[in-house]
Amino acid sequence: MPITYYITLSVVLFCIGVVGVLTRRNAIIIFMCVELMLNAVNLMLVAFSKMHNGNAIASAPNSTVGIDGQLFVFFIMVVAAAEVCVGLSIIVMMYRNTHSVDVNFLNRLKN
Amino acid sequence: MGLIGCGVILASFAVSLGIFFEVKQDGFQPQVITLFEFIKLPAFTIPFAFQVDQLSSLFLLIITGVGFLIHVYSTAYMQEEEDEHYGRYFSYLNLFVFSMLLLVLGANYVIMFIGWEGVGLCSYLLIGFWFKNNNYNYAARKAFVMNRIGDLGFLLAVFWILGKLGTVNYSDVFANASTFSTFEVTAITLLLFVGAMGKSAQIPLYTWLPDAMAGPTPVSALIHAATMVTAGIYMIVRSNVLYNMAPVTQTVVAVIGLATAFLAATIALKQNDIKKVLAYSTVSQLGYMFLGLGVGAYTGAVFHVMTHAFFKALLFLGAGSVIHAMHHEQDIRSMGGLKKYLPITHITFLLACLAISGIPPFSGFFSKDEILAAAYEHNKVLWVVGVITAGMTAFYMFRLYAMTFLGQFRGTHEQEHHLHESPSAMTIPLIILAILSVVGGFVGIPEVFAPNAHALEHFLSPVIAKSSEAAHGLDHGTEYMLMGVSVGLAVIAIIYAWTRFSKKPEIAEPQGAGKFFAEKWYVDELYDAIVARPLLAMANFFKNVIEKSGIDGIVNGVGRGVNYAGRQIRLMQSGQVGNYILLMVLSMVLMIILVFYGNNLNPILNYFSK
Repeated sequence: MPITYYITLSVVLFCIGVVGVLTRRNAIIIFMCVELMLNAVNLMLVAFSKMHNGNAIASAPNSTVGIDGQLFVFFIMVVAAAEVCVGLSIIVMMYRNTHSVDVNFLNRLKN
Repeated sequence: MGLIGCGVILASFAVSLGIFFEVKQDGFQPQVITLFEFIKLPAFTIPFAFQVDQLSSLFLLIITGVGFLIHVYSTAYMQEEEDEHYGRYFSYLNLFVFSMLLLVLGANYVIMFIGWEGVGLCSYLLIGFWFKNNNYNYAARKAFVMNRIGDLGFLLAVFWILGKLGTVNYSDVFANASTFSTFEVTAITLLLFVGAMGKSAQIPLYTWLPDAMAGPTPVSALIHAATMVTAGIYMIVRSNVLYNMAPVTQTVVAVIGLATAFLAATIALKQNDIKKVLAYSTVSQLGYMFLGLGVGAYTGAVFHVMTHAFFKALLFLGAGSVIHAMHHEQDIRSMGGLKKYLPITHITFLLACLAISGIPPFSGFFSKDEILAAAYEHNKVLWVVGVITAGMTAFYMFRLYAMTFLGQFRGTHEQEHHLHESPSAMTIPLIILAILSVVGGFVGIPEVFAPNAHALEHFLSPVIAKSSEAAHGLDHGTEYMLMGVSVGLAVIAIIYAWTRFSKKPEIAEPQGAGKFFAEKWYVDELYDAIVARPLLAMANFFKNVIEKSGIDGIVNGVGRGVNYAGRQIRLMQSGQVGNYILLMVLSMVLMIILVFYGNNLNPILNYFSK
């Protein structure tokens, strides 16, 4: 499958994430959109890595060029899991304070 | 303190005497002693050098001799001052003598200028010596400012000489004087004369000198009569080579000198403050000296500086003695009959009055006669005005004398009770100066009385290029006639003043022309109207309009603009997370555009980064 498809999918996912963050007010949905953007990037990283590796194998069957990109994705996933943990707990705290997860209520930085 | 103050001046006088006898020997060449390079530049060097020759040694004697007597006098006159002010007084006075010696000893115009500024500073400090009185401070400020106007002229002349010749040493300048064009030498001498106008109180910069009488009386005697105000004459005599090359300037000097002499004499006729009369008389006598310089009688001018130093210092010190006895009363309308209370002051004052009036054989006669004879030779109109002024001099001096010492005492009983002769520290300088005023003229006996008896002219001949040759052109008959006219006029004026004011003193306020003279020709008011007020109005305009609305407007406008911008930009801080994110995304998009299409934007970016 050509790399173009992966890129297109990844860009579409990323844009959905951006639009979601910009338009929604529910903190949980915004958070999910952020995760969506993160994973769009992850997808792109894996796709490029595989493309790179495929090109290298064509000339040398045992080549490991580009493998490190795929390894990186695992690390990103681990960090993202930790980040989700922190983000969700912030949202829990927010709900406890305002009894809502609507970000528009949090405007104390105004002016 | 008095001992140190007087002692150092006495030591200087002793040294000056030694120098004088050395210089007096025939064939003495001017000695230039260079201490170090004062200003050293590739284009020129100005050495810190002193020059001793006939002219400077004569001035040394006058400054240290009269200065010493006045220092001694001051020890008694300033006795009432508190210790700290007494010390301050003597330190100023010694600083003055130092600066004055620097002025006459300098071997180039720059060293002269240092001394010139130094004496101006001391004059300022001493006029404002009693600084708790604001009027005295104003008088000091006036003297300083007017001197500065003159100094500017002096400084420009020095720059001009330096720019043209690359040196300011007297010997080099005079040796190369022929390289100046007529225009240049005229302009330089006129600028130097502007400096002399300020320092020596000539029209139009003379009004500071009468106000300078705010200082202690010995200061008036030393600075504002005997020495500092003659610095202008010294400077012109020193530059006589240049002045001889500029006949236009000489005419200007003579006319301004004579006009000053006449104007000041008319004002002195109607003054009632004992020191003001003497101050205007000083201005008038300085005018005579400039008349002498203008007609080429350099020796006559220096001669008059010398005799004037004697009798005018004596007059001021005598006035100080009177003021001391009268408990700081200076108005001659409340004096009178002081003859029997102050016998020594009276006799010495009378001798000084005779000397300044030009009665033979007192010193003033010889010097004034020499100047008037030279003026006659030059232009008869100058002589006529000069003789009339001499008559007025005799008149106002004897008006002063008669109203102070003759007739009945007109002060309060308390004052009369306290009248006393001054202590010997004051009377001894008076007596010495009186002797000098009487015999001082014999160093310059004119040729009609005894050929080759003019010792001063002989002495000064090496430093003065064409020494008063004019006076020798007259035949003896004419010269006797000139002397007869001026002495006769002076005698008539004296007799008239004596008889009129000893019986019926002038108490009433003057009317008509007298009021015009008493109000000093309204010159101060005129200066106020044409210089001071427009300047103040301009300053007010700048302060109220330009600064308030212009400069303050810009400064406050910047502040207000920042404030306003801050208030408007604050509204962007909405607190809505969505807005922040939107801005963030937009900025990122912008950055991406810039990164990817940056090459195409380069011309625009370059334009901004320039």
